[in-house]
Amino acid sequence: MIHFVVHEEGDGVGVVVVEGVKKGQELVGWIMEDDKELRITARSDIPIGHKLALKDYRPGDTVIKYGVDIGKVVAPIARGEHTHVQNLKTKRW
Amino acid sequence: MDLKKASFWGYKRENGRVGVRNHVLILPVDDLSNAAAQAVENNVKGAMAIPHPYGRLQFGADLDLHFRTLIGTGCNPNVAAVVVICIEDGWAKKVADGIAATGKPVAYFGIEQHGDHDTIMRASKKAKEYVQWASELRREERPLKDLWVSTKCGESDTTSGCGANPTVGNAFDKLYPHGVTLVFGETTELTGGEHLVAARCRNDEVRKKFQFMFDRYQAIIDKHKTSDLSDSQPTKGNIEGGLTTIEEKALGNIQKIGRKCMVDGVLDKAESPTGPGLWFMDSSSAAAEMLTLLGAAGFAVHFFPTGQGNVVGNPILPVIKLSANPRTVRTMSEHIDVDVSGLLRKEMNPDQAGDRLLECMFRTANGRLTAAEALGHREFVLTRLYESA
Repeated sequence: MIHFVVHEEGDGVGVVVVEGVKKGQELVGWIMEDDKELRITARSDIPIGHKLALKDYRPGDTVIKYGVDIGKVVAPIARGEHTHVQNLKTKRW
Repeated sequence: MDLKKASFWGYKRENGRVGVRNHVLILPVDDLSNAAAQAVENNVKGAMAIPHPYGRLQFGADLDLHFRTLIGTGCNPNVAAVVVICIEDGWAKKVADGIAATGKPVAYFGIEQHGDHDTIMRASKKAKEYVQWASELRREERPLKDLWVSTKCGESDTTSGCGANPTVGNAFDKLYPHGVTLVFGETTELTGGEHLVAARCRNDEVRKKFQFMFDRYQAIIDKHKTSDLSDSQPTKGNIEGGLTTIEEKALGNIQKIGRKCMVDGVLDKAESPTGPGLWFMDSSSAAAEMLTLLGAAGFAVHFFPTGQGNVVGNPILPVIKLSANPRTVRTMSEHIDVDVSGLLRKEMNPDQAGDRLLECMFRTANGRLTAAEALGHREFVLTRLYESA
């Protein structure tokens, strides 16, 4: 069973694609481009469609998804933690 | 899916374009004419009024866009005939003349010096004549290249970028080599991925035009922007669905143009393409606004991927909804034409998802009503460029 998907190898976040992911749950991820699997422990409850960090981040870091810059980190994020508006912001507007 | 000999059943219009619907429109030029237009719709079964709130005291480029959108809507091949109603004769005639250039039947009525009652009576008689005439038109088999297909997504979430948008991209990649006319747009929603679109432009001339449109829209955003763009780009729904930044939304959005198609040309709002290929149209990313512009540009079928479940439709353009979000396809199933949620469970691959969408496209083109049509979604929303005088 796949709990989250990753667009490309090298992306720093994955997308949860099942409902009800809970903190502490062991998750299976699918890297779509290379058809590879990876495993990670959820550090937060994460709603379907929301992202989880695949590595630790510090404020000022850049997050990569689709192999491209999607914004800057504004609060520390641990691997497996929910990554959203509370810790990631646009660089554009 | 082998599309080499693919065809669909459509209505060939007087100017050679092929439609997949056979609407008789009652088209108000301005807000004041909505009541009469809706009364005509009520009097004549099969006629459709498309009320809207604008058309008075507009000027310059904003007025040009108003006329281009109304005339283009009337010219769309999904429309068989049009009754134009305006507060006065002058602009009624201007819109009717624009539509008449296609060769389709069109009549116009001004309300001043007549009042609503007399106008409604005369316009109803004409509308009845048109509806009965249109009811005898027959579909004929036409090659795939006669179909114009547009795309624009709405209430996207992260599943849009993983599933529904790449499905449209797969379908576009399959349609493109067969000379189909395709379009995408949503100018601000390319922010963060504009370099990827620029890299796909056919040549420097197209690239320059694209960059001009992109920069023009960014200048508007810069002039009026608020913190996080007031939760409008990404929208509240996008954020609820897990999209965090405009860059992330844009990269998902761009999946809709596939991996192989080149961007062959650039259109201004509601402007018609002049040949086959993939076109970029400068437009708002608001669903009903862009669908209205696409209908006015002459597109006949639309692919609308959604994540959180946008319910939009259009009066003349059949809007095919697809979603990869398993929660949305469960909780909002009446709105979804194509369920591609299996993509995220590895139960389906992008090629199969693209084929499923194309299969729905052919059925829709041949006459099957989309969910949005069956549910009566007829949002007709004109884009305004600035204040009225």
